[in-house]
Amino acid sequence: MSGFKVLQPGLLTLIQDAGRFGHHRIGLTTGGPLDAQAFKWANRLLGNALNSTLLEVSIGGLVLESEVDTHLVVTGAEMPLKINGVEQDRWHAHHIHQGDRIELGFSTQGARAYLAVTNGFNVEHSFSSSSTVSREGIGGLNGGKLQQGDYLRCEPDTQGQAFRLAEHHRPSYTDNISLRVITGYQEQAFSDLDKRMFFSSEYEVTNRADRMGYRLSGPEIKASMDGILSEGICHGAIQIPADGQPIVLLNDRQTIGGYPKIGSMISLDTARLAQQLPGSTVSFEEISIDEAHNLHCLAHVKFERTTPENIGK
Amino acid sequence: MNIKVAGENALIIYFGEKTDPATSAKVQQAVTILEKELAEQLIDMVPSYASLLVIYDMLRCDHLEIRSQLRKLLGQLEESSAISGKIVTLPAYYSTESGPDLEALATRAQLNIEEVIKIHSDMEYRVYAIGFAPGFAYLGEVDPRIAAPRLSTPRQKVPKGAVAIADQQTAVYPAVSPGGWNLIGLCPAPMFDPKAEPTMPVQVGDRVKFEPINREQFIALGGQL
Repeated sequence: MSGFKVLQPGLLTLIQDAGRFGHHRIGLTTGGPLDAQAFKWANRLLGNALNSTLLEVSIGGLVLESEVDTHLVVTGAEMPLKINGVEQDRWHAHHIHQGDRIELGFSTQGARAYLAVTNGFNVEHSFSSSSTVSREGIGGLNGGKLQQGDYLRCEPDTQGQAFRLAEHHRPSYTDNISLRVITGYQEQAFSDLDKRMFFSSEYEVTNRADRMGYRLSGPEIKASMDGILSEGICHGAIQIPADGQPIVLLNDRQTIGGYPKIGSMISLDTARLAQQLPGSTVSFEEISIDEAHNLHCLAHVKFERTTPENIGK
Repeated sequence: MNIKVAGENALIIYFGEKTDPATSAKVQQAVTILEKELAEQLIDMVPSYASLLVIYDMLRCDHLEIRSQLRKLLGQLEESSAISGKIVTLPAYYSTESGPDLEALATRAQLNIEEVIKIHSDMEYRVYAIGFAPGFAYLGEVDPRIAAPRLSTPRQKVPKGAVAIADQQTAVYPAVSPGGWNLIGLCPAPMFDPKAEPTMPVQVGDRVKFEPINREQFIALGGQL
């Protein structure tokens, strides 16, 4: 058996693949990486299948010890990466030897980093995915976050593929961001005035912000109804409960709910929202579903066409 | 049938505006048809009381194409009688100890606690939807005398097994989770077990009855307070 020993699990480190799809009918949510862009890059920089299992590290504080020769990469939030005590570049695959100590410090900007190894970690699938959803107790090693003493299995790297993403292609995780939203669902239950207020005000990320949803605080928005007949909730849906404070529902959201929704945030921007910490400010910008579709396809093409620098053997 | 935008890759189809077995049966029919006909383009679906959320692959199709497919495939759903499933009995320990909102709900309804318990456990409910959390079955309909709106600020932590009411819906929370429903008791029977086959004791279309039990029976059945 080869792999990595977990010396310190960090504040919230979760095993994730691209997510769990096709099981909403028994109430299972999707899980998967909050920042799908940084997730895809981590796998790509090792030449992995893009759905390979890796670690989503929130805030930081992870320490691993290697018992395998492989490559490793860290993308996403700015958590200092140290290998055997020496700081190393992120968005850049590194050769790891048996006995190496890998440390991810606390984030200086952004909230989620992605740590991947060649061919991914070997984690048993539940309901066709390795993604951990703590609220459901499903996925990962035991349905919850990484614990001290856990063992992350992986095979030694025999291919030696390694890439580095040029600095100008790396995202920055600044705050004060504008997030794009498509109006939909019960949007007719919100007055024009309330919609204008929603799209022209600043909201603050509260400390009730997690993988299920980000609760924001700012000007109150009122729907003309308190509740609706419970219905399916898509990724990014913006729920407005009776207290008028929006909640952006993310990967671990409930699949069904009865609060009115003003619309949904596009996934490119839920990824940016999930990199925000409590206290940061955000605002919303309305776009059409056609624009949203184009943005998604453009981002896909851009990802495909951005060629990372090959630094493998 | 009314189709609306839900999100960047999701449309929601409304088959009606209220809870009734005929609308629920239409949702079930639509699920069966779309699963067969949209296979490649479909990522997932969430059926509910009167609606169906359809999530599609944005790299294979767009909302216009899906809309036209939905109209074509679902334009002529038949009015069929609702198929009724099996009857499942769930034990419930109703009390102010196990149901922190029971007293407030009774006061609001101008009933005493015993009357609320009797009204809730006399009714036979239909499983209209499963969602919100794994194994969370939405049961309807609750007698209007004990219907109660959701809490204005949801609780951060509702206990596993909580028997709850929101408007005319009732349910048992299958695991600890946040939630805004009114809690009236606790059910000691597991509602979701990924290792069991089937994973859930109920499925959509089944009927459910609650059987009041006392504190001792609740503990004996493995319940925890």
